[in-house]
Amino acid sequence: MIGGLFIYNHKGEVLISRVYRDDIGRNAVDAFRVNVIHARQQVRSPVTNIARTSFFHVKRSNIWLAVVTKQNVNAAMVFEFLYKMCDVMASYFGKISEENIKNNFVLIYELLDEILDFGYPQNSETGSLKTFITQQGIKGQHQTKEEQSQITSQVTGQIGWRREGIKYRRNELFLDVLESVNLLMSPQGQVLSAHVSGRVVMKSYLSGMPECKFGMNDKIIIDKAGKGGVTNEAGKSTSGKQSIAIDDCTFNQCVRLSKFDSERSISFIPPDGEYELMRYRTTKDIILPFRVIPLVREVGRTKLEVKVVIKSNFKPSLLAQKIEVRIPTPLNTSGVQVICMKGKAKYKASENAIVWKIKRMAGMKESQISAEIELLPTNDKKKWARPPISMNFEVPFAPSGLKVRYLKVFESKLNYSDHDVIKWVRYIGRSGIYETRC
Amino acid sequence: MTDSKYFTTTKKGEIFELKAELNSDKKEKKKEAVKKVIASMTVGKDVSALFPDVVNCMQTDNLELKKLVYLYLMNYAKSQPDMAIMAVNTFVKDCEDPNPLIRALAVRTMGCIRVDKITEYLCEPLRKCLKDEDPYVRKTAAVCVAKLHDINAQLVEDQGFLDTLKDLISDSNPMVVANAVAALSEIAESHPNSNLLDLNPQSINKLLTALNECTEWGQIFILDCLANYTPRDDRESQSICERVTPRLSHANSAVVLSAVKVLMKFMEMLPKDLDYYGTLLKKLAPPLVTLLSAEPELQYVALRNINLIVQKRPEILKHEMKVFFVKYNDPIYVKLEKLDIMIRLASQANIAQVLAELKEYATEVDVDFVRKAVRAIGRCAIKVEQSAERCVSTLLDLIQTKVNYVVQEAIVVIKDIFRKYPNKYESVIATLCENLDSLDEPEARAAMIWIVGEYAERIDNADELLESFLEGFHDESTQVQLQLLTAIVKLFLKKPTETQELVQQVLSLATQDSDNPDLRDRGYIYWRLLSTDPVAAKEVVLAEKPLISEETDLIEPTLLEELICHIGTLASVYHKPPSAFVEGSRGVMHKRLPLGGDIGGSPAMGAGFGAAPAVMPASLNAPVGGGLGDLFDLGGGVGMPMGAYIPPKTVWLPAMKAKGLEISGTFARRAGVIQMELVLTNKAMSVMTDFAIQFNRNSFGLAPAGPLQVLTPLGPNQTIEVSLPLSTVGPVMKMDPLNNLQVAVKNNIDVFYFSCQYPISMLFVEDGKMERQVFLATWKDIPNDNESQFQIQDCHLNSASNKLQGSNIFTIAKRTVEGQDMLYMSIKLSNGIWVLAELKVQAGNPNYTVMLNKSKYISSLRFFQ
Repeated sequence: MIGGLFIYNHKGEVLISRVYRDDIGRNAVDAFRVNVIHARQQVRSPVTNIARTSFFHVKRSNIWLAVVTKQNVNAAMVFEFLYKMCDVMASYFGKISEENIKNNFVLIYELLDEILDFGYPQNSETGSLKTFITQQGIKGQHQTKEEQSQITSQVTGQIGWRREGIKYRRNELFLDVLESVNLLMSPQGQVLSAHVSGRVVMKSYLSGMPECKFGMNDKIIIDKAGKGGVTNEAGKSTSGKQSIAIDDCTFNQCVRLSKFDSERSISFIPPDGEYELMRYRTTKDIILPFRVIPLVREVGRTKLEVKVVIKSNFKPSLLAQKIEVRIPTPLNTSGVQVICMKGKAKYKASENAIVWKIKRMAGMKESQISAEIELLPTNDKKKWARPPISMNFEVPFAPSGLKVRYLKVFESKLNYSDHDVIKWVRYIGRSGIYETRC
Repeated sequence: MTDSKYFTTTKKGEIFELKAELNSDKKEKKKEAVKKVIASMTVGKDVSALFPDVVNCMQTDNLELKKLVYLYLMNYAKSQPDMAIMAVNTFVKDCEDPNPLIRALAVRTMGCIRVDKITEYLCEPLRKCLKDEDPYVRKTAAVCVAKLHDINAQLVEDQGFLDTLKDLISDSNPMVVANAVAALSEIAESHPNSNLLDLNPQSINKLLTALNECTEWGQIFILDCLANYTPRDDRESQSICERVTPRLSHANSAVVLSAVKVLMKFMEMLPKDLDYYGTLLKKLAPPLVTLLSAEPELQYVALRNINLIVQKRPEILKHEMKVFFVKYNDPIYVKLEKLDIMIRLASQANIAQVLAELKEYATEVDVDFVRKAVRAIGRCAIKVEQSAERCVSTLLDLIQTKVNYVVQEAIVVIKDIFRKYPNKYESVIATLCENLDSLDEPEARAAMIWIVGEYAERIDNADELLESFLEGFHDESTQVQLQLLTAIVKLFLKKPTETQELVQQVLSLATQDSDNPDLRDRGYIYWRLLSTDPVAAKEVVLAEKPLISEETDLIEPTLLEELICHIGTLASVYHKPPSAFVEGSRGVMHKRLPLGGDIGGSPAMGAGFGAAPAVMPASLNAPVGGGLGDLFDLGGGVGMPMGAYIPPKTVWLPAMKAKGLEISGTFARRAGVIQMELVLTNKAMSVMTDFAIQFNRNSFGLAPAGPLQVLTPLGPNQTIEVSLPLSTVGPVMKMDPLNNLQVAVKNNIDVFYFSCQYPISMLFVEDGKMERQVFLATWKDIPNDNESQFQIQDCHLNSASNKLQGSNIFTIAKRTVEGQDMLYMSIKLSNGIWVLAELKVQAGNPNYTVMLNKSKYISSLRFFQ
């Protein structure tokens, strides 16, 4: 299991050092610093073996978090744990920075004592941790016996993510369908790979222990319902091509996985506040909101002509926002002249790119930029690698075509029904890695 | 006010100041002081001198302060065991505290203090805590047993904690179950044979129930534990798989990978024709692909595991090539792993896409990545024959870029392509030779030298090229030296006249001036070969080389099996068994996949052959024909007493082509029965079973008369001899050469094909003696067109007749005409064809002239020539 956890600043100075196992000596702290942080060449793997000791590391801004072990640990678990540790710290004191870590080192030690025992990860749900580990010291001494046992049963219980007795005057929930659409396109406009990775994020302000059921236009469910035969006609009109094929999805631990596996229904008791209900991935029938058409011409050895056309491909009534096209330029660029039809374009020498920004763009429109790039003559034999043109944007629909069909709330003990809950749904599609080779 | 001030270094005498503060009456000041001590401890300062003062602060009702003191204690108790004992009372008292959080904290901390005296005091509180009413305390106590076991294993056994821990597997609280499982698994690892976990269907059922309810981490502990269980039969295996599959949708990648591990392992036991087997295979792909949208570090872990899964079960991800395409912004470690998997998944169906991608990658910035991409193009050429031409032209394009490392890498892979497709792409040699000067890496130099030597006859200035390398012979790496030696010897054998001097030079450099034993030995071998028998040398050095295998860099099957059992863990990241990087008793245990429920078993992959060495000096062209030439080879005095001539056994199926199964054999006719005598050798790492054999239709209708009798499984490195009786009543099809036989051999691993040639003599039947009158009549009747003549050398007549009879060639008559002995002979083949022969022997001349007359014979016997 995990032998110890160290946190370093960018210089390699130790900020936190917690050792769980006897086989990890003090020299492990230095070994990682010398061999990884101060390594002459950039480390090429997140897992490093130094003298039969394994180090796992992740970096958050300029902070290094490293887990050390001498055993054959579950590597996936170690990284999941490190990410979780970052989440927990962030939810306690915000950004993970040297300053924040130094300011909260006592809290961090306390957390490390709680969520790792002998190197085994324990409960790491911020919701329940916050009930008994606080910045003002443990409430312990002021709690009644009932409160104490409520904490422990929540920490160890089946529903570790929600405490009992939550009350709201107004029962309300917000659903955000957040998708990032990824594309890799060849210069000729052939889709090399495209997928949408989506998240359903929920903010719930519900009283009691509500039982929720979430439904979307998942092809498998709709096909199943259609086969039911009772409302075959109606089923068709609602489903049709509206349904989408989900390649795979993963759920928050509150969702009953066995029920999803058998009936494909998503039922759960939600945590309080904001959390990610599910993630999913689709690859079929993706609406690609933008098409980028690049044209790069090398004029002699000292000049490049670039023309890029972007076309928006969605309903004209919708507006895309925060559009940014990034056209890479060679390292030996000496000057750039840009003309664009819309928005603003600038050559950013420090980033080796022309950045073209458009605030808003309606669907079914097209815009164009042309640039002349002057190059310094070099004796570098290697040709310019031509990194792909990348694009950023935000659109008010789900590129995968996912639609929320319902979210039902049942709370049998309290007297509010599904109709009393105010529900909000929002779809946002963003660019993930949206690249066109040129 | 912030805590970061504690990190600032203060002046000398800090320790004394801290001491004073720790003993202050004011609570706040005390707490501040302890914080400073902890901060100093963190940055590596030795604050052990403050031990008594810090321990004095332990008696407090301020939990925050208490925790800080505990942290200090865990760090320094070992160095101050006598002082640490002062803390025992507080611990024991805290274990009785009404607040479960404090009880748990005490037992958790006590377990971390590795001081014998404290450990003794721990037993009683631990016993109570294991049965505490509060699950939070129980789950902490469960882990504490593992801690205690790490300090004093005997104590844990004596105190009966193991039984209590086992009971906790049936606890009502899922987190307690999970921690108990984790603790037991760890303890069991250091007692490989203890059967501590005692997994049986009942306890498995409990674990599966807890699996649905516990935290994500608990699910990992339980799944990892489940993976060690071996179900009794395929039904149990299936029911566990059914209950584990929902975990594939968990948001935590580690839960997913551990579930994949359980499924991959238990799948081995499912019969392949089961519907569920197919369903399961289909279910595995999407979650594996989803892992690639995780954070990069996890992607890396996932990719290393997918690399194993793809080798074990290529069918799972064969349609998912695109997700492994490299993204421009992927970290380098993700890029390199993706590339590896792309090559493994490359097939005829997707090769065009893959090549386009690889070409793109070859222009990237990172040197390692570019090299690997170039190498990948070569591997595609070798793997997918249809793409070879495109690959070669892509490589040529890349060579034209003149980027040094790209050129070198390309030359190395082109050498391999030559090995795989001889006499096809040699036209590119000229382009390669242009880049000779830019090669500075040993591997590329060696590859280029090999090419020059191998194709010396087509390169006009081969001698000049090789000579240019010879100048700095002693500065080259061994690899290049050996290659240069071989290449020059090849050149000499091909163009002996112009290169005498060169070969002398290299031989003396290798044997006299070098102190590398390998080089010297090889030099001497060549020298002796060349000086004793240049013809033999030619046969050895210029022998036809076996083709290189398609798959390279495969993990050896037993290791692969073991790594599959370790999916998700460090072992699967390193691709090494735990014993290679874990010290002590842990991890020594080798895990194996369960044996399959049906014949299919485990479709182990071929043994991992790297690219074969560039030069195979041994000739593999052992005689395979074995016709009359052999029959008349009577020179040796060792007359075969009874039966027919039996050619020596030859290798029909090399292990390299048959995933480790080597077959050699011969044919014999014993007591009128044709027998195929086989020697099966298992050169793979896994056991082979279920052998079967089948023949293709052939000229004489040969067919196995019974099944292949290999009753016991063939273990690694075992050899078995079998003889298979043959009948001649099978379907007939004319083969070319006539005596060619195509054979298929099946075992639990795969079906393999080879062809061999049998001596026609084996078909000569015992009643082949023709009446003299009939013979005369027939001889005349046969038209001259059916006649063929040839000479056989070096025979002596004396023993010939007898010996031939042993092979069912019967002498009918003998006469002497003009000083020549004439023998008339008859042979009857198994399909009723008669062959009549006249053997003319000139006295004093050991040469024979054989004249053959065949009745109704369909074609000439090629093997006679």
